[in-house]
Amino acid sequence: MIEVLTPGPYATVQDLGRPGLAHLGVPCSGAADAPSLRLANRLVGNPEGLAAIELTFGAARLRFLDAAWVALAGAPLVSGADLGVPIWVPAGGELRLGPTAWGLRTYLAVRGGIAVEPVLGSRSTDSLSGLGPEPLRAGTLLPVGSPSGVISVDLAPPPGPRPAVLRVLPGPRDDWFAPGAMAALCGGTYTVSQDSNRVGVRLRGPELARVREGELPSEGMVTGAVQVPPSGQPIVFLADHPPTGGYPVIAVVRGADLPVAAQLRPGDEVRFTARPGR
Amino acid sequence: MIRAAGEHGLLVETGSLELSHRLDAALRAERPEGVVEIVPGPETVLVVAPGVDQARLLARVEELAGRERAKAAGGADEEQPLVTIPVVYDGADLDSVAALAGISADEVVARHTGRELVVGWLGFAPGFAYLTGLDPVLETPRLDTPRTSVPAGSVAVAGPYSAVYPSASPGGWRLLGRTATRVWDVTAEPPSLFRPGMRVRFEPA
Repeated sequence: MIEVLTPGPYATVQDLGRPGLAHLGVPCSGAADAPSLRLANRLVGNPEGLAAIELTFGAARLRFLDAAWVALAGAPLVSGADLGVPIWVPAGGELRLGPTAWGLRTYLAVRGGIAVEPVLGSRSTDSLSGLGPEPLRAGTLLPVGSPSGVISVDLAPPPGPRPAVLRVLPGPRDDWFAPGAMAALCGGTYTVSQDSNRVGVRLRGPELARVREGELPSEGMVTGAVQVPPSGQPIVFLADHPPTGGYPVIAVVRGADLPVAAQLRPGDEVRFTARPGR
Repeated sequence: MIRAAGEHGLLVETGSLELSHRLDAALRAERPEGVVEIVPGPETVLVVAPGVDQARLLARVEELAGRERAKAAGGADEEQPLVTIPVVYDGADLDSVAALAGISADEVVARHTGRELVVGWLGFAPGFAYLTGLDPVLETPRLDTPRTSVPAGSVAVAGPYSAVYPSASPGGWRLLGRTATRVWDVTAEPPSLFRPGMRVRFEPA
């Protein structure tokens, strides 16, 4: 059992979510930066999709009632624990994790996985629909599952910060926008807004003008969709995005760059490019 | 027309809900390799298949869409299951819907129960189904100020749609009544009583 002493600004349990239920109105959810969740799990010998803790801005304190192997991946912390190595925490031990040095989301995997009750096959907190466990609070007790497999990785050097450039594929509704809107999206610099969350990264920057008014008939939305509400200010959809929506999507962020989007902090600057390379 | 929705998604323009449902059923029956999500909408079907050859998937989806498009159009699909929802018509907005429609509350009930509806698509919340085919006389705008909490099982209308609130949530639809039928249960398989294409009839409880 792990006792949450302080969760930091926002922390949830996340695995790989609930894919396959979008037609029933269920968001996929799951780790916003999935490769980091997978890496943290591999470091403690877990199957990659076990549930872990997703911290936002770090700054959490956790007490381990039982001894455990843990590992962190994603955004590095200024203090408390290193990323990319299995760490042994003795029974009664406490992890005092500092704030993030860069990036937004840090994954703490525990050997055996976080074993809260699954809902629709996943232990993820879906911040949009409310499915899954409540966000962590001081006093939350998290059960840990039985370990399987062996720890076979000693060290995975954590990647440094990647440039805040999101590669996009135009469409599916780029024809709803004025000529030059794609150029505006890819030519300017956007700033990440304070009201960004697991649903999406809200951006402020060059306005993306539409040539058609009104709403689309509701249609399926993919993770990474750059949706443009009437304000003309784009939103990049993350894990908890609604499965359907009525605002046009001008472009979609490539899958390889979703972790970059998921690590953007409010105030960060980000650019888009339609070129496939870097 | 089929549009790319990122590297892993295809957005098929069907132009009609009926064709969306037929393509959804065809894709679900066949489940081309790697397909994770099939999401029908009023005029589209989104197909998401990470890590597969998109050109091959596109060719297969085009083929299925062409086949379904070629079939004769014809109202509600009688092969779809019919679910009956008993309703206690005592909703807080029954009178306002009647007033807006210029008919009596009894006639609202008669018109709401008098037609077979079709589950168009789900969205807004898990298990929230947009039921299409509502008697046009019952079309009313949403409330100006949404309620902060609408109880699960509330039967409501807004615009050209009816719905049953699957769980308690904020909501701006006009409440006609309530049902004891659970339309959303995370412990059930599938968790949603409604799925796209299904036929629905309301009846007075």
